[in-house]
Amino acid sequence: MEQIKVLLANIDKPDSTSIDTYMAGGGYEDARKALTTMKPDEVTQLVKDSELRGRGGAGFPTGNKWSFVPKNAPKPTWLLCNADESEPGTFKDRLIIEKDPHLLIEGMIIAAFAIGSNPMSYIYIRGEFYYGATVLDKALDEARAKGFLGKNIFGSGFDFDITVHRGAGAYICGEETGLIESVEGHRGQPRVKPPFPAVIGVFGGPTVVQNVETLACVPLIVRNGAEWFKSFGTPKNTGPKLYCVSGNVKKPGVYEFPMGITIKELIYDHCGGITGDRKLKAVIPGGASAPMLTPDEIDIPLNFDALMKAGSMLGSAGIIVLDESVCIVDAVWRLAKFFAHESCGQCTPCREGTNWLESVLDRIERGEGRPQDADLLLDMSENIGGKSLCALGDAAIGPVISSVRKFRDEYLHHVEHKSCLPGTTRYRRLDMPVAAH
Amino acid sequence: MADLQPDNPYAPDRFPDPNKHVEFPEEAKKRFDWILTRYPTKEAALLPTLHLAQEVWGWISPEVVHYVGNLLDLSPATVFGVVSFYNMYNQKPVGKYHLQVCTNLSCMVTRAYDIYDHLCEKLSVHPGGTTKDGLYTVVEVECLGSCGTAPVVQVNNDYHESMDVVKMDALLEILK
Ligand SMILES: Cc1cc2nc3c(=O)[nH]c(=O)nc-3n(C[C@H](O)[C@H](O)[C@H](O)COP(=O)(O)O)c2cc1C
Ligand code: FES
Repeated sequence: MEQIKVLLANIDKPDSTSIDTYMAGGGYEDARKALTTMKPDEVTQLVKDSELRGRGGAGFPTGNKWSFVPKNAPKPTWLLCNADESEPGTFKDRLIIEKDPHLLIEGMIIAAFAIGSNPMSYIYIRGEFYYGATVLDKALDEARAKGFLGKNIFGSGFDFDITVHRGAGAYICGEETGLIESVEGHRGQPRVKPPFPAVIGVFGGPTVVQNVETLACVPLIVRNGAEWFKSFGTPKNTGPKLYCVSGNVKKPGVYEFPMGITIKELIYDHCGGITGDRKLKAVIPGGASAPMLTPDEIDIPLNFDALMKAGSMLGSAGIIVLDESVCIVDAVWRLAKFFAHESCGQCTPCREGTNWLESVLDRIERGEGRPQDADLLLDMSENIGGKSLCALGDAAIGPVISSVRKFRDEYLHHVEHKSCLPGTTRYRRLDMPVAAH
Repeated sequence: MADLQPDNPYAPDRFPDPNKHVEFPEEAKKRFDWILTRYPTKEAALLPTLHLAQEVWGWISPEVVHYVGNLLDLSPATVFGVVSFYNMYNQKPVGKYHLQVCTNLSCMVTRAYDIYDHLCEKLSVHPGGTTKDGLYTVVEVECLGSCGTAPVVQVNNDYHESMDVVKMDALLEILK
């Protein structure tokens, strides 16, 4: 499959972040077209027809989400852009933000028009993306100066503006209700659903939370039509897609393809294969939360449905490649440590369970594991999965369950021989003190 | 090992010192007024106001917690609850250079721990600790969203990508 430049069409242009560059390529004409020639429902229908699915993780059909927003809610409707991008292995939204901020802004204008948003909206960007936030602020100023944000945009009578809201270092604020809490100025602890955000979200009003990449698709759909969008990929898994490849590959980075390139093709034909020409050991296809796949499972398309069928998920399309030299217990321990650190602390199974997973994995890695530990990990995972308010608990067990099932021998080797499998590396030093979380 | 202990919210230094007066400088006050215009509630301005406070003072001291609470009509407990929830608000002063080494998976397999261990040893600090001269704080952080150019070290607001021990040493030479 050939690499494409659709979502990334602008990023290599000189001065790609300036509004002049963006407009020279036809930028903001799609927002003008939507606001001046279409009705909000027509925009929503168009997005529905394109079969665009959310790029943030869950793959929920975007047009459907918009149509859930009640028409006559007593409180104003809000659009929030999810630029929290904290899923380990994911770095695609950052590229759009830092290189083509106007594409996102234009997408937000159209989406806001479709859902009947009130005149203010927020881009929730993770606090660490300080540079990205400055790029966005500058781009927003440019858009305001041209009258693309503010009152009566394109003479359509529609008022809309955007504020960049910086997070402060919490993965859980990428979860949409955690994000909503955080915008309201609270700790980012997810809410009970229902009510779903589309009915009651931020500041009590109906709220649509949408990933950066999802919103970036919207102007292109308005410009080229739903059929064009569907010409990329396969039915129900449509559109151009950004894939983030990292780990032990020769050429890591963000790659754009029609949705559904296979993992194998991506790694070997486009990313140059495995570092040092070593053998592949495992691939995590959709960010840290996605169950891992073994080398004989990677000849499958990177789309929502195929990965779901394979027992994993496309998630945020963060593809982490691990070669044969990686100690799988060590790798899974690192992810477990992440989830233990990021659990918000509300639900007992997740708060306690993620810490237990981390400590059991740590003891196995240290050669202090017990013969029943592999099963203990599965048992604990079962008691976390589906037992928390949000999906963080389910995310935390993805790498654990899949690795125990697929690499049980390696776990047992640690217990029996009190060491890693010969030929594998532990990257951390066990004598270094670990900071409390 | 004091650095490794979780923070004790009841420790004496958690209470504001009545003799210390904190107030935003003029520039920051203007910025704060602008922030207030961007949100429908005062409370929603809390995160940006804390970011602003940290820009001004480098960390969120108990005095700042009370000051920000007063500005936004929030109790100090509410403000402190938010400060302690989010990683990026420093609850202790940090060094002039805050060296944040990502050790999450993609960085780990590209040898981020070598950089991290090297920093701790070279600068003789425990994880999360600050050098005696107040120049450097070293911490291990979670994925910075830059895995394609792993390993990544964030210094204050800036990302340094595709790092290794040699490059880290060269960077330290500049960060004086
Ligand atoms: C623990 C957790 C973390 C998440 N982090 C992110 C994130 O960083 N960025 C994102 O866009 N979506 C994230 N999501 C998914 C959001 O909850 C939500 O589904 C998404 O923002 C919806 O937008 P979309 O339909 O455009 O994908 C996360 C979900 C969970 C459960
Ligand atoms: S793992 Fe280090 S930046 Fe993502």
